[in-house]
Amino acid sequence: MNEPRLLLVDDEVPFIEAISKRLKKRNFNVDMAHSGMEALEKLSKDDFDPEVVILDVKMPGMDGIETLEEIKRKHPLVEVIMLTGHATVPSAIDGMKKGAFDYLMKPCDMEVLVTKVGEAVAKKRAQESKIIEARMKDIMRRKG
Amino acid sequence: MEKALQKTESNSQKGDSQSQRSESHSQNNESKTDKSYYRTLSRNIMFTVIIVSFMPLIFVAGVLFIQFTTTYTAKTTAHLDTLVKKHRQNIDVFLNERQNNINQLAAMSTFENLSDHAFLERQLAILQREYGEVFTDLAVLNDQGEQIAYAGPFGLEGAHYKDAEWFKVAIKQPHYISDVFLGMRGFPHFTVTTRQFKDGKPWILRTSVHFQAFTDLVENIRIGKTGVAFILNQNGEFQTHTSLKIENPKKLYQKMLPTKIEFEAKLPENIDDKGSFTESDVDKKSNSTQSKRNSVESRDRRELSIEHRHIGNTLYVATMLQNKEWVLIFQQDAGDAFADLNRIRLTALIAFTVGGIAIIAMAMILSQRMVARIVKSEGEKEMMNQQVIEHGRLAALGEMAAGIAHEINNPVAIMVEEAGWIKDLLAEEEFQKSENLEEFTRALDQIRKQGLRCRDITHKLLSFARPAESGNHIININEMIAETVNLFAHEAKFSNITFEQHFKQNNLQFMASQTEIQQILFNLINNAMDAMKDIGGKILISTSKEDKMVKINVEDNGSGISQEHLARIFDPFFTTKPVGKGTGLGLYICYGIINKLGGNITVKSALNEGTVFTISVPAIEDQE
Repeated sequence: MNEPRLLLVDDEVPFIEAISKRLKKRNFNVDMAHSGMEALEKLSKDDFDPEVVILDVKMPGMDGIETLEEIKRKHPLVEVIMLTGHATVPSAIDGMKKGAFDYLMKPCDMEVLVTKVGEAVAKKRAQESKIIEARMKDIMRRKG
Repeated sequence: MEKALQKTESNSQKGDSQSQRSESHSQNNESKTDKSYYRTLSRNIMFTVIIVSFMPLIFVAGVLFIQFTTTYTAKTTAHLDTLVKKHRQNIDVFLNERQNNINQLAAMSTFENLSDHAFLERQLAILQREYGEVFTDLAVLNDQGEQIAYAGPFGLEGAHYKDAEWFKVAIKQPHYISDVFLGMRGFPHFTVTTRQFKDGKPWILRTSVHFQAFTDLVENIRIGKTGVAFILNQNGEFQTHTSLKIENPKKLYQKMLPTKIEFEAKLPENIDDKGSFTESDVDKKSNSTQSKRNSVESRDRRELSIEHRHIGNTLYVATMLQNKEWVLIFQQDAGDAFADLNRIRLTALIAFTVGGIAIIAMAMILSQRMVARIVKSEGEKEMMNQQVIEHGRLAALGEMAAGIAHEINNPVAIMVEEAGWIKDLLAEEEFQKSENLEEFTRALDQIRKQGLRCRDITHKLLSFARPAESGNHIININEMIAETVNLFAHEAKFSNITFEQHFKQNNLQFMASQTEIQQILFNLINNAMDAMKDIGGKILISTSKEDKMVKINVEDNGSGISQEHLARIFDPFFTTKPVGKGTGLGLYICYGIINKLGGNITVKSALNEGTVFTISVPAIEDQE
């Protein structure tokens, strides 16, 4: 199986840099965005196509929840893990209601993060394979 | 964000300096100025009440007093007037009668008849039979003052009166009444004469009036203890017997003379009161009976008037007699005359004084009570202010803490991640041989651990400052307490702590976030158990409903909280627990949650006896 593709979105540059280094070391394919808009742009490009987005709730400009809604609208299959640093647990929960996979408190344990990301990737891939399967069946039926 | 933080900081600094200022102010000056202020206030209230109460009292009492005094004085005076007038009339009638007796006798008899001693004796006997001992003797005098005939007990035949004062006057007038004098007989008496003519020469019939009989007329006037009457002639000589000693009776006579004769003559209608007019009627009648009387108008006026004099402490009522320059004087001590009035005055004065003292006492008590109440309410207001300040202080602290937490959390997260990154790198083979590898690992672990500790603190702080959780539910507090206590059951068994739950009422409900209320209960129970960790004991949790508020008591009989700790117990980061064991945020968070619900949390504690936390939050009405 190929490396899981992650997109880290946070306005705290040093934080996502550190995280991305650590995740890369754990064999993740990681890209970074520093704002909601940038994240959406990167998602729209075909060259990277991230499977999981790790999204900070509190960001200047377009905040986490808005970004989440936009991602889910445009890319329903991409899984999103909310990352909350402060008094935003309720909004993280809100995010989960709006389709986020899970949420994590900043600073988070790397092991926990890796596990969560693994689960999200697995879910996404399972979903995709189901879709492929469905398509296959459809094609088979047409054939047959 | 930094800007906001700075703002909060400056705000809180401002708040601090303000509170400090107000504290020092209250310590130094306020107690002093307050005392004098309240004293002044008390005094002002007292004086106002006294003045407002006394004004109408004095006014009404004064008016009544003056009215009463005037009326009573007028009444007393009128009474005396009547008395004096009546007696004057009596005296006048008496004197007129004597005069008439003599006149009649002279008119009905001839000079010759009267010159006869036996006839004269007979006439005297008749008069004495008719009028008693009033007539002492009878005598006939010729124009030379020789006593031609005499009947009476003194044997004065042949006596010569040519040089006697009374004769000099009597011979010139048709009739005459003399002043009282001793005369030849050596007894006080006065004579009544009538002048007749025989052959162009005048002669006089004379009688002496018994002094005692006349005096009795006047002495009958006795009122009270000191009221006596007497008659003075124009020389100030007593014309009646009196026990009185009067200094300078002549002067008294002068004083008693009517002073306004001329004035009254000009304004006859203003002479006197009605009594005088009736009096004048009587006078007219007596005038008509005595046609011969010639009276000057001014003299008439004088006769009508009654004079009042107030000399020293003595009240004088005087009137001129009709047919002589005699003045009838009634004299009484003012105190005696107005005894009743004085008694009433005294009673009124006592009543006024007692009433006044009562008013003053009432004013003092009232003002003191009012001021005491004001002081009390001011104290309550001060306490309320303190609470508001305390609330504001905690709110400011909360904002500041939340700001700090926000700002610190991200750097901490980065530090932790960077430390994790180093640890990741250490795992690579080239570092495995390093002799300090173990130390590095330990240090990195420590950094991570402390970072996570920071995170815990900031998260607790932020949970306090964050806005109300959207999901407020109906909390059935009794059930929740039972559930929460169950969580502690295991731990309590080890510490020898027993739980007791006392619910006065079922179905105590209020709106709140379930997790928050659980957190509060958790915190309070945790604290209570800490307080009894070594000794064991009992935790009593009770609920009740008072004034639409649900009350929750968490009571322990542990070590208690000292006074200085009690004051700071709800402050953030205040803890008595060892470093690393408590963040000092538990009660701070409880305070925040309860405040947000519109309730309050209070604490009472005594060292070594225990602590009670009381929470009250608005209840849901049962009506639904």
